[in-house]
This record gives sequence, structure tokens and C-alpha cells, in this order.
Amino acid sequence: MRREGSAFNGLGVVMLKELADHLTSIRFIILELIVMVIAVGTVYVATQQIKDTVAEDPFLFLKFFTTSREPLPSFIFWLSLLVPVMAIGLAFDAVNGEHNRRTLSRILSQPIYRDALLFGKFLGALMTLAIALVVLWLLVIGLGLLFIGIPPGGEEVARAFVFLLVTLVYAGVWLALALLFSILFRSAATAALATLGLWLFFYVIWPVLAGELAQIIVPPDPRYMALGLQTPGTVVLEQFLARLSPSTLFGEVVVAILDPTTRALGPIYLSQLQGAVLGAPLPLGASILIAWPQIVGLIATTIILFVIGYVVFQRQEVRA
Amino acid sequence: MSGEIVIEATDLCKNYGEAIAVDHVSFTVGRGEIFGLLGPNGAGKTTTILMLLGLTDISSGEVSVLGFNPAREPLSVKRRVGYLPDTVGFYDQLTAADNLRYTARLIGFRLVEREKRIADALDRVGLLEFADHHVGTFSRGMRQRLGLAEILMKGAQIAILDEPTSGLDPHATSELLAIIRRFKTEGVSVLLSSHLLERVQSVCDRVALFSAGRIALIGSVSELGREVLGAGYVVDIEAEGADLVERLARVPGVTRVEQTGIGKLRLHADRDVRSEAAAEVVALHGRLKYLGVEEPSLEAIYTHYFAGRPDESLKEGARHAA
Repeated sequence: MRREGSAFNGLGVVMLKELADHLTSIRFIILELIVMVIAVGTVYVATQQIKDTVAEDPFLFLKFFTTSREPLPSFIFWLSLLVPVMAIGLAFDAVNGEHNRRTLSRILSQPIYRDALLFGKFLGALMTLAIALVVLWLLVIGLGLLFIGIPPGGEEVARAFVFLLVTLVYAGVWLALALLFSILFRSAATAALATLGLWLFFYVIWPVLAGELAQIIVPPDPRYMALGLQTPGTVVLEQFLARLSPSTLFGEVVVAILDPTTRALGPIYLSQLQGAVLGAPLPLGASILIAWPQIVGLIATTIILFVIGYVVFQRQEVRA
Repeated sequence: MSGEIVIEATDLCKNYGEAIAVDHVSFTVGRGEIFGLLGPNGAGKTTTILMLLGLTDISSGEVSVLGFNPAREPLSVKRRVGYLPDTVGFYDQLTAADNLRYTARLIGFRLVEREKRIADALDRVGLLEFADHHVGTFSRGMRQRLGLAEILMKGAQIAILDEPTSGLDPHATSELLAIIRRFKTEGVSVLLSSHLLERVQSVCDRVALFSAGRIALIGSVSELGREVLGAGYVVDIEAEGADLVERLARVPGVTRVEQTGIGKLRLHADRDVRSEAAAEVVALHGRLKYLGVEEPSLEAIYTHYFAGRPDESLKEGARHAA
């Protein structure tokens, strides 16, 4: 049975309304201000550190993102912390908010499908985040120019741009999760807490837990321990488990993209390093290739979470 | 009821697992008719409405709205039908006009037409001066009127109103009912649901009484009155005179005469016997103080009908608990 008309009727209208709502909401302005302040602070501190230590580096500009100086962590640390919070903050009441304001049945009685509403909300929030991240990105590059006075090279800009895109994909994961929970839970507070709880779990607890679980499932071999080495089986399993968390995936991608000397994300055998010039930078294409599975993983997670939300939303009763 | 049928529901059913929300409901609504779905909360009125709009799946049965099937052609139905949900909500941070603009964009009206329609609709519900006020400052009655403005703006052929008057003060209620009556004069059919019988009685051409997911009774209020309350007409008379009771009882059509107070009588008749009764009093040289015919009230019909079926109301109670 074919549905009449297009599922995307009204998609643009919903998206633009969501975008306008987000950009003018106090919630978003506060989050954006926090990120701005942190960006200025970390880049300034990074500049000081760079001036002190790094004399000559072909990828000086990328150091703005990754360099930290005690006690302040680096910019990417803050970004990986705050991007999920921003994404969750934008979407945790996307659907249940419409329910609770009793606008859902009125909107759905207009000639649009539910697809348009849900997809429009997702895209609206994603565009909001994209605008925020682009602003932030330009801010960091601008500040870098101001503080150091050396223009970035093409490769550096390209890497920074890929980093921007990957950050947006990472934001999409948490956006899709928050959207899903806003469909599942009728109360916005419950949805926000559940999403933040899951984020904390993946960000803080899971990396520790992955190590412990790997030790239990594949106990370290005493022969390796005697040599002061890690057991390959345990390490591989630990990494597999850790990679179930989107935070881990994002962290690995960032390392590969922003540090051109990264050659592998995981344990490698000495034989694989034969002929390699350690410390020599890889071209951008090779770096992306290293991080490609992680990037695909993040995109796939976003799609899966969105599809689950979509299916649940299609079957949900609209009555309050 | 005029010839053209705009809504036709046949054996409509909806069940949630084991629970039956709507059970073989059939009715038709004609063009320009005001049709009332009446019944207690949880009797299946809102579910029926959502099925008409294609907002919830139909378990079995057939619906046709303006010749379209809401399950297969929801966009065609929703383009032509306006819906005012139970306790309608708007975006509080937006103005009244901006709320309507969003809906108008979703419908797909172009800019010039959009602005004209919005101003026109707000004017007709008396909200034009509040067009640029935030909806957050609106009273309940104003929100309901804004909901009606949305239907007017849409140019809907059918207006479906779910509990439009619930929670409104008497003044706001009569304002709202006046707007609903105006729909009728413009040839817009109105389907409204309510559990407030008295107010609804004054606007509805025909009503369907819902009980536990079924339509218990359907027809115009006076038809239902005769059917349920038995006697067609109740005439109250206040007069003095000897032998009045015997004389009145002999009037053709009168089935029973009841003494309701000193000098007060109540006649049960199968037709309007006011003129004959007056003639009798005058013939006896009595003094006629009051003469009136009582319209059957929906409330009386409802109570009378459901009082005779305690098992059904019990069942309903059990469902509520579940």
C-alpha cells in the first residue's frame, strides 16, 4: 500500500522553525556562551604553551586544538565534553515537549506526515549545532592567527575542517539519542536525565569497565606479565569493548585527524612497523583512512538511533 | 439534514490489545450539519475523532471523509478538515499570528494569501487586536478561539472540535458557541464532542450518545427525548378551576395528568396540547396563570437512558480503572 504524497511535505518548514526556536532560546545561548568562554581560555593557554615549547612544527595550527597546559585540559577535551551536552540540551524535549504543550495533535492534523516533523526536528537541531560549531571553529582559528601570527597551511585547514565535520557527526549521535528518549519518555526531565546518564556512563564509566571486563573474560597471560607486557588477547578485547562507546570512537578519530603522525588506532605488531619512519606525518587521506571505520561507526549509530525513534514515533498515540 | 454526506463511518472499531475503545460505531454527518458526539470521558469519542483524521489506526470498519479514506489518503483529508484538539496547545513563546503562520506554512499557503487569511481568521474570532501578543499571555477561552481561527484560516470544509467548551466560563462558552454556529451558516460541517450536555444541546442538529465505546442513541434531541423519555410532550399548567383535572384528562392526546403542586398540573401528551388545555381552562372560567411546554433536555435523556442500564456504567467504570 503506497502512501499518498511526499513524506517530506513540510520538512523545510519544521526545520526552519526549529532552527529559529533554538537560535533564540536562552538554553542555547547559555550553552554557546559557555563553549565560547572555554574556547578563548583554552586557545590562549595553548598559545602560551606552544610559544614555550614547540619551536618548529609543520602542523603548528592543529596544536591549538590538542595542546593543554596544567591545570586546564585541551580544547578537544572540552569539546568532547560539551558537544554531547549541547546536543542533548537541544533535543531532550523535542517530541515530549510537543506532547506536553499539547501542540502535537494540532500540528499532526495539518497535511504533513510524522516523518516530516521528526526529521525536521533532527535537522533543525543539527543545523543549530553546525552553526555553533562553525562559529567556534572560526573563533579558534582567528584567535590562533591573532596570538601567533602565522597563517595555517592548506593541509592544516583541511584537517581542522575534517575535525569539524567529525565533531558534527559525533553531535548527531547524541542528538539522535536525545530525540529517541524524548519519544520514549513522556516527561522531559526523565528524558534529559536518562540521556545525560547514558552519556556519563559511556564517557566516564565504560572505558574503565571495558578494561575490567576484558581482564575477566580473557585473563592476562602470566608469561606476558612476567615480561611486563600486555596480553594481546586482553588488549584487543578491551579495545573492542571500549569502541562500543561513541566517546571512544570520537576520541580515536580526533587523534588520527589532528595528529598527522598517528599510524594506527590500536595495538600493532613490530612486524607491521618495518620500514616505517616513526614520527613522520601521514597525508590527510591516509589519516582519514585510519579513522574511517570509527567515522562510519558514528554515522551508523546516528542512523540506527534515529530509525528506532522513527519507528516508535510512527506507532505512538498522539492523544495526550 | 441536507443531502450531501461529508463523513460516513461504518462499523468503526478500535481496540488496544484486549481493551475495546470503540465498538462498531456507525454514523453520518451531512454538509452544514452540526453533529455532536456526547458521552462521559473515556467513552471513545476522542478515539473516534482521531480515526476520522487518520491520526490513529482503524482496527476494523470503514470511514470516508469527503470521499477520502483517512488511512490511505491522510494528506487529502487533513488538508480539508480542521481539528481543534481537547485543550489545544500553542507555542507560548510565539505570537498568535506567528503560531498561525507556522500552521499556514505547513499547509503550504503562499506569503500574500497567508497573511490575508491569518488576519481574516483572527478578525472573525475577535483576536485581531491580540495578533502580536504572545500566546503565553492568553486565557483558555482565547486559546480555544485561536484554535477556531486556525480552522477558519485553513478554509476547512469540516471542523472537528474535541471538547471545545470544557473548562471555559459561561461567557467564553457562549462566544465560542456563537462562532461554531457561524461555521454552519458558511456551509462548514461541524463534528463536536462533549461531556457537557446542556451547552451542546443548543447548537447540535443531531447527536450521538456514546457509552463504553458504542453509540447508544443517535438522532435529534427531540427525537431522542420521545424515544427515551417515552411521553412526547410535557405541558406544565398553572390554573385554578373546579374539575380541571378531569376535564384536562379528556383532552384528546393527553395520556396522564399529574398534580405537581397547589394549582399546578403536568400533562403528559403525545402531541403539543397547549391550545386545547388553554381552551378548557377558559371554558371553565378558570384563571390561567402559566402554560408552558417542556423541551426534552439532553441531560434528562442521558440520565434516564443510562439509569436503566447499571451494568453498562459498571463496565465502563471497570475500564477506567484498567
